[in-house]
Amino acid sequence: MDFKRKDILGLQDLSAEEIELILDTAEPMKEILGRELKKVPTLRGHSVVTLFYEPSTRTRTSFELAAKYLGADTASIAVATSSVQKGESLRDTAKTIEMMGIDVIIIRHAAAGAPHLLSRYVKARVINAGDGAHEHPTQALLDMFTIREKKGRLSGLKVAILGDIAHSRVARSNIWGLTKMGAEVRVIGPPTLMPPDIHKMGARVFYRWEDGLKDVDVINVLRIQLERQQKGLFPSIREYTRLYGLDEEKLRCAKPDVLVLHPGPVNRGIEISPEVQDGPHAVINEQVKNGVAVRMALLYLLMGRGEEDVLTA
Amino acid sequence: MSHHEKNQILDADGIRRALTRIAHEILERNAGTQDLVLIGIRRRGVPLAQRIAAKIKEIEGTSVPLGILDINLYRDDLSRLGYHPVLRKTEVPFSVTDKKVVLVDDVLYTGRTVRAALDAIMDLGRPKLIQLAVLIDRGHRELPIRADFVGKNVPTSRRETISVLLQEVDGIDKVVIEEAE
Amino acid sequence: MCLLLKGGLVVDPDRNSIKKADVLLEEGRIAAIQPGLKAPDAQTIPVEGCYICPGFIDMHCHLREPGEEMKETILTGTRAAARGGFTAVVAMGNTKPPADSRAVIELVKGQAEAAPVPVYPVGCATKERKGLELAEIGDLVEAGIVALSDDGNPVMNSEVLRRVMEYSTMFNLLIISHCEDTHLSAGGIMHEGYISTLLGLRGIPRAAEEIHVARDIILAEMTGARLHIAHVSSAGSVRLIREAKQRGVRVTAEVTPHHLCLTDEAVMTFDTNTKVNPPLRTPEDVEALCAGLRDGTIDVIATDHAPHTLEEKDVEYNYAPFGISGLETAVSLMWDRLVAKGILTPVQLAQKMACNPAKILGLPERSVKVGNAANLTVINPQLKQPVRVESFVSKGKNSPFNGWELLGWPVLTIVAGKIVMSEGKLTGSERS
Repeated sequence: MDFKRKDILGLQDLSAEEIELILDTAEPMKEILGRELKKVPTLRGHSVVTLFYEPSTRTRTSFELAAKYLGADTASIAVATSSVQKGESLRDTAKTIEMMGIDVIIIRHAAAGAPHLLSRYVKARVINAGDGAHEHPTQALLDMFTIREKKGRLSGLKVAILGDIAHSRVARSNIWGLTKMGAEVRVIGPPTLMPPDIHKMGARVFYRWEDGLKDVDVINVLRIQLERQQKGLFPSIREYTRLYGLDEEKLRCAKPDVLVLHPGPVNRGIEISPEVQDGPHAVINEQVKNGVAVRMALLYLLMGRGEEDVLTA
Repeated sequence: MSHHEKNQILDADGIRRALTRIAHEILERNAGTQDLVLIGIRRRGVPLAQRIAAKIKEIEGTSVPLGILDINLYRDDLSRLGYHPVLRKTEVPFSVTDKKVVLVDDVLYTGRTVRAALDAIMDLGRPKLIQLAVLIDRGHRELPIRADFVGKNVPTSRRETISVLLQEVDGIDKVVIEEAE
Repeated sequence: MCLLLKGGLVVDPDRNSIKKADVLLEEGRIAAIQPGLKAPDAQTIPVEGCYICPGFIDMHCHLREPGEEMKETILTGTRAAARGGFTAVVAMGNTKPPADSRAVIELVKGQAEAAPVPVYPVGCATKERKGLELAEIGDLVEAGIVALSDDGNPVMNSEVLRRVMEYSTMFNLLIISHCEDTHLSAGGIMHEGYISTLLGLRGIPRAAEEIHVARDIILAEMTGARLHIAHVSSAGSVRLIREAKQRGVRVTAEVTPHHLCLTDEAVMTFDTNTKVNPPLRTPEDVEALCAGLRDGTIDVIATDHAPHTLEEKDVEYNYAPFGISGLETAVSLMWDRLVAKGILTPVQLAQKMACNPAKILGLPERSVKVGNAANLTVINPQLKQPVRVESFVSKGKNSPFNGWELLGWPVLTIVAGKIVMSEGKLTGSERS
């Protein structure tokens, strides 16, 4: 199939076929990551900029490496070192970047919808690297890639997302992606961290792990922002860990070959116990590697816009 | 653009004989199978490489390592394409460094695919040498590239196209030349 | 100067009737209403097929002056009102400085002398709108305010609001309440529900409004104050007001055109022009608001005109200010969405936009009657055209309705016998 999108703003508007193409394309990209010389000339002469309004070393690095492995030039604009702090509007920043001849802008922003706004300002392709509590499409794609790689399929799997669903863009993108690919998605967390009407997105809601983790194939553990406790959304870290921290006892509720994912960075010993994090079910490190492959796939597919097929043997 | 079949250049027997001859020539040129590897270019170079490997096994009794190359990431026309071609895995499960690599493809035309394949192989390591085997050479080179082993030379005009059909992909073995109407 | 409106349909809310007649205006008053009027000296304006309504009053708008003149001024805001078919506006007191002193009220009234339509100012209930100490309400009344309100800063302390209400009763002064429990709404930027979940935007639950509606009704009942609930947005609020009215509480209520025409689904595009407080709610709420209008629970349609600059709105959804520029679309939206669809009759629309606001505010009665002041809004029900924000005379172009093709537009605004708007164009110099 053709991939004809300008931007990747979220998984809500991607079709199952498009998601499948992205995951399929990430496989040969992963092969490149295994090489000694991790570089192909595909995007030579193209430029990719990361525009991060929120600190995130791992996502930004992952995107930059993906672009570099494909031969693109990269630059990064981070809040601390840019004119953003001087109060420049997103519109003006976008225009400035555009004038520099950038082909792809990767944006991370605390405000939901900022990538959508950006995409209206620029001709460059835009990839959402996380916008507020809205979407984080590349994280969900790498989660799905990891699950598919380990389980051989997505369809029919029971996937639990555990933790602070309300504030999680990872949860939302995963719900969209996984349900489109035919998986059964469950969300587990306290009612104070569960957004209203989330079941309408196609996820089953559980407040207690004893019910939610039963017989699941995959558990995706979300990072808990410790400041949520100060906002009164749960009584204490101690109680959160007791009720929702993934430990070996809770893990026994799931299928024996359950996979454990975490988008990172991990609050070690809080949302996941060290035994589980370092145990045989966890694929957290594999996710990081797959993240680069998936982002390479997206860059490759997004850059494929032009006129006609001219290569002949 | 519609095509009409102009001429059959090779039938199944013709293809078999051409590949047998290529296998012999490869062995002769390289003095056996020492350090020899075959790498087929997706898509129809792959079954051709497999057939040549089988022939070599038949002749010499030894198996040569077989690899698969997807050259899409190395194409020089990506930014001019309407969309990016579907990417498949490159599967070269051995080191190419210090190996005698025989690249296999179905048709040699402008030379651009081979140029991409050469770059792709170079990124995998440093072979001792690279040779090129093709079933059909139809001329019209745009780069200084030539084949070491050719099944059949077919003079063509640019308006014509050559179709190599293989059992593994197309369900039949034949090579036809077509002209655009 | 005399005006003769020829061949219009005179809307008479008193008799709940519409009759075809000519209307003669003389010296700022309605001089005659009957078919086939002849007045050789008068300027004759053909209005065949158009509805001649009592002059509309927008009882909730923000003119931004003093302090935020880049968003709007009293002059631009009242010109927008005239263009939108309004013959008077009530200006909220959340200016900078706020309208908590005689000086600010006098400034507003002074600026309004050059305005095409009269401006009735609202005074603050508490000093600096902080919800702590009563403003000098007596002084404000003498300065000419028509109501009290801290508007967007609801008085959170119930004791303070009780004293405001009690104090207001000696002037029989209206209290306009922006109902919002700011603890429940804190950080929220849209309706809390499925759409806010999808978008990951912080929600404002209906309860944030309804708790204050309930509280304010209880306090009004206790103190005997006259309470007006601003911009009702939820079905629950409608229910509470309906029940209070049945009990005889002195409560009235208003709804905005945008809460009647849009739902939270409009936020899906992240268009910051849909960001408004209270937020756009659900189709069920819209249905309840329409039912409330029909059964009289909701007395008034008011714009909550809240102009902002393009720069302020052209930002991330989180960072954009709340508000919609509504003066120039309100009448047409209500005709297209309510009257043309049979939800309200033309007479009911005139009640909601002219008669009831006048009654609630204690202004002279609005009706098309011989001897009354010639304040008239004329609507052409056949005119169909798109909303174009570029043509707004308001400085605020922040409208989510840009491009909407609407049927029924105000074509004539007459203030004290003088035409201030004709066919969408402002006429002549300003009112003297």
